[in-house]
Amino acid sequence: MQELLAQYQSVTAPEVLKWVNVGKAKDFPENGGACIKYKNKQIAVFNFARESTWYACQNLCPHKLEMVLSRGMIGDKEGIPKVACPMHKKTFSLKDGNNLNGEDYKIAVYPVKIEAENVYIGFID
Amino acid sequence: MKKIVVVGNGMVGYKFCEKLVTRPDRENYQIEVFGEEPSPAYDRVHLSEYFSEKGKDELLLASKSWYKDHEIKLRTSSLISEINTKEKEVITYKGEKISYDYLVLATGSSPFIPPIKGSEKAGVFVYRTTEDLDAIKTYAKKLQKSNKSKATVLGGGLLGLEAANAAKELGLETSVVEFAPRLMPRQLDEAASNTLIRKIENLGIKILINKATSEISGKEEIDALTFSDGSRHETNMLIISAGIRPRDELAKSGGLKTGERGGIFVNNKMETSATNVYAIGEAALYNNAIYGLVAPGYNMAEVAVSQICGGDKTMAAHIDMSTQLKLIGTDVASFGDPFIENEEVSAITYENKQSGIYKRINVSRDGKKLLGGILVGDASEYQNLFQIYINGMKLPENPEDLILGSRGGENSSLGSVTELLDSAQICSCEAISKGDICKPLEAGECCSMEDVVAKTKASTGCGGCKPMVTDLFNATMKSLGKEVKEVICEHFDFNRQELFDLVKINKVKDFDEALNLFGKGHGCEKCKPVLASIFASTTMETANKQVTIQDSNDKFLANIQRNGTYSIVPRIPGGEITPDKLMTIGAVAKKFDLYTKITGGQRIDLFGAELHQLPEIWKELIDAGFESGHAYGKSLRTVKSCVGSTWCRFGMHESVSFAIQIEERYRGLRSPHKLKGGVSGCIRECAEARGKDFGIIAVESGWNLYVCGNGGATPKHAILLAEGLDDETTIKYLDRFLMYYIRTAAPLMRTAPWLEKLDGGIAHLKKVVVEDSLGIAEDLEKEMQSLITNYECEWKQAIEDPEMMKRFKHFVNSDEGDDNISYVPLRDQKMPKAWT
Ligand SMILES: Cc1cc2nc3c(=O)[nH]c(=O)nc-3n(C[C@H](O)[C@H](O)[C@H](O)COP(=O)(O)OP(=O)(O)OC[C@H]3O[C@@H](n4cnc5c(N)ncnc54)[C@H](O)[C@@H]3O)c2cc1C
Ligand code: SF4
Ligand code: SF4
Ligand code: FES
Repeated sequence: MQELLAQYQSVTAPEVLKWVNVGKAKDFPENGGACIKYKNKQIAVFNFARESTWYACQNLCPHKLEMVLSRGMIGDKEGIPKVACPMHKKTFSLKDGNNLNGEDYKIAVYPVKIEAENVYIGFID
Repeated sequence: MKKIVVVGNGMVGYKFCEKLVTRPDRENYQIEVFGEEPSPAYDRVHLSEYFSEKGKDELLLASKSWYKDHEIKLRTSSLISEINTKEKEVITYKGEKISYDYLVLATGSSPFIPPIKGSEKAGVFVYRTTEDLDAIKTYAKKLQKSNKSKATVLGGGLLGLEAANAAKELGLETSVVEFAPRLMPRQLDEAASNTLIRKIENLGIKILINKATSEISGKEEIDALTFSDGSRHETNMLIISAGIRPRDELAKSGGLKTGERGGIFVNNKMETSATNVYAIGEAALYNNAIYGLVAPGYNMAEVAVSQICGGDKTMAAHIDMSTQLKLIGTDVASFGDPFIENEEVSAITYENKQSGIYKRINVSRDGKKLLGGILVGDASEYQNLFQIYINGMKLPENPEDLILGSRGGENSSLGSVTELLDSAQICSCEAISKGDICKPLEAGECCSMEDVVAKTKASTGCGGCKPMVTDLFNATMKSLGKEVKEVICEHFDFNRQELFDLVKINKVKDFDEALNLFGKGHGCEKCKPVLASIFASTTMETANKQVTIQDSNDKFLANIQRNGTYSIVPRIPGGEITPDKLMTIGAVAKKFDLYTKITGGQRIDLFGAELHQLPEIWKELIDAGFESGHAYGKSLRTVKSCVGSTWCRFGMHESVSFAIQIEERYRGLRSPHKLKGGVSGCIRECAEARGKDFGIIAVESGWNLYVCGNGGATPKHAILLAEGLDDETTIKYLDRFLMYYIRTAAPLMRTAPWLEKLDGGIAHLKKVVVEDSLGIAEDLEKEMQSLITNYECEWKQAIEDPEMMKRFKHFVNSDEGDDNISYVPLRDQKMPKAWT
């Protein structure tokens, strides 16, 4: 299962080699998430409408290794935007993927941009 | 700089490190720790939770990075095989030599294996490490595949019973074999043991006492035990839990003084017979005894740290061995000297065979002092009694009030927590006194319960002291004039009841509006579902309206399962179903290859549906006349029924008809937690109605209505609210009761704990519901009626609306399903491939 986890490494906007169009903005629920597929990766995309920001992270929950994070509730912890895994409510920062419950595992995050109503995610592969 | 070498990275070895790094003179010491186990120290006390929910990581006392951050060199999987106190060095199993200035032996203990023939056979285990548990689990699975299921635990002590419970939870048919004439012989007297045996046998674990095992038989694998009385007991697995032996092998070979029956000899400074060598934890022999509990071990760690750093802490002469049995589903506790009874001490006992309760307290003849006691079946007074005992507090005039409650005036016999002395010990695991908890609160250094726990670590050991720490926290805050309000989360400074009223009075329409009007920030996984439930309970809006604030299950109107697929439960009111509908369910399950199982609530659960399949499956079910069963919601689940007077020769009334009527009345009703009901046709109670939030039982004169029961982790029987009712009055009272609960309960609080917290308890509830003492009965009924009128099946609503359907897709940019899901076969069906 380690290989599965290793597929997901955080990408920052300046590193991006390829912006991939993953759908129309209106296909993603406001203040909620949905999942997209890129190559063999599953990426959770969140439309944080209250802040007019978008976030993306691996869909794989690093705790139990299921493809579920896009189905989690989002919100904030003292201002840090976060997603709560629907399985056991482990929470992760959507800014840097850090575990907000103080455990060791974290998640990979990816940059998102919106152009002409289209959603793009930045990858390096 | 001095070098400290610690051998053993168990609970006590870790505590030693933790205490050492907080010292101001920490830089004077270099620390190297050797642990034989592959993982850093973990919480052995909660080892059994490793079977259920907790992973290895969650059990860790500190992660590897903690050691790094505190500059402790931790070497796991490194057994020390020799110590040389002359050269002041330890030698690893690879022959590497490491010298020390101070050596701390925290090697713990190993399970004692009695010399019984055959103990080397496959299927014989001990219960001490995560590896042991892994091995047990794997073997249990192997057994189950070949349709074998018998497990036996050798030893009926505290640990043995815990292991038995774990074996039972693995699905094995479990027995316990005890050599002594009673269970937990070191903690319980005969009457207590008898009560406990009855309780445990009711839980489905068989108890054999007075049995000396003489042989473990079987070819390569164990298949039976033979006892010295000649009898045989068949079993496919054996877990030995016959006591512990201190691991003193290093000390022995190194020439340190050890006890005759094992253990590294130490004085009250934790010094062994060799200079600068200390022993702590279960390996240490102090006052001629070994202490198999964490609290004394932690205490020893603290003493050793103090002594090494030039302090003067010493170990108390008397060590408290009070214990509570955890996990097994029945309360057992013993404290102080549980057996003492002589010219100066008399025992006061109370026994109730009907409800399986036994209590004993040992009180000095002058009635001034509590010296020990035993509680079985109901240990709710344990913390109070323990406080009185450990702090030598004064007893009430009639000491029996301590276990029977004050039966005279209104006053409670026990003083409140505020009356305890500042030095009174509250958490024995972490040696935290009342003062340690209250002072930082009074000084304003801590403001929340979390702060207190983070600062003092109180309640992080066995957890037994948690209720008392909470009470102390609340009482202190109150005395400081700070109101402790159970607010929902950082986004809303209100409790659920206040938010409920705010939403209703201001006719708030959605979550965003609530957040803008009464909250701050952007919400979270705590407040979102609470508000979703409040909106549903005030306007009956379905989970399709504000999808993103719904909890995991409500969001997709199905129950998420361990591999991220869902299960589906159509409503089958009262458990009555026609053959045709049964065939529809079968056909749907077959078509979509769903794992099928009958639930405890007389319904059928279909597992393994992928997100994108849910609408297709529901379309077929709805076409055949089914509707949502709301098994995914904090809402009314089922009203279970027995067949009643229509078929049963004992039946007094039509329990099925009434159950159907009630289930259809409250279907889809969302509440602070799930709601279950039951209707039985006579007092034989085949529907187990008293194990439900509301239970209705037919009697000669009509229906008896019971409320606030539940099964689950802390089972409670429902309590009689009113008797001899006709159909109409039963429903009227139910409307009032349910609505009152929905209005006032905290989030995720079921009816039983709600009633426990309700001021005035059942007497108050009776007044509100039956006598309408608050004058709100009519409102409650009206509110309920409006919810009932506005009911709509949310699955029907969803599949008819393309916008609502959009969410049932795994990918936005592809029609494929989740490729991460895989199954393995299970008894002609399938199950998810296990988590790694
Ligand atoms: C299932 C279970 C439930 C329990 N429940 C409770 C409870 O409810 N309440 C309670 O108070 N206590 C309970 N206990 C007891 C409690 O866990 C022990 O008292 C505590 O763990 C003792 O700590 P320790 O550090 O002395 O020993 P351990 O935790 O056993 O640690 C000793 C460590 O030293 C290592 N070691 C030994 N020799 C060497 C060597 N030569 N070189 C390197 N490493 C070595 C061992 O591998 C081990 O990891 C329970 C125990 C078990 C097994
Ligand atoms: S509870 Fe009474 S009526 Fe119902 S099945 Fe049992 S015996 Fe029959
Ligand atoms: S169904 Fe209930 S009892 Fe069974 S494993 Fe799940 S939570 Fe535990
Ligand atoms: S007494 Fe065990 S955690 Fe407090």
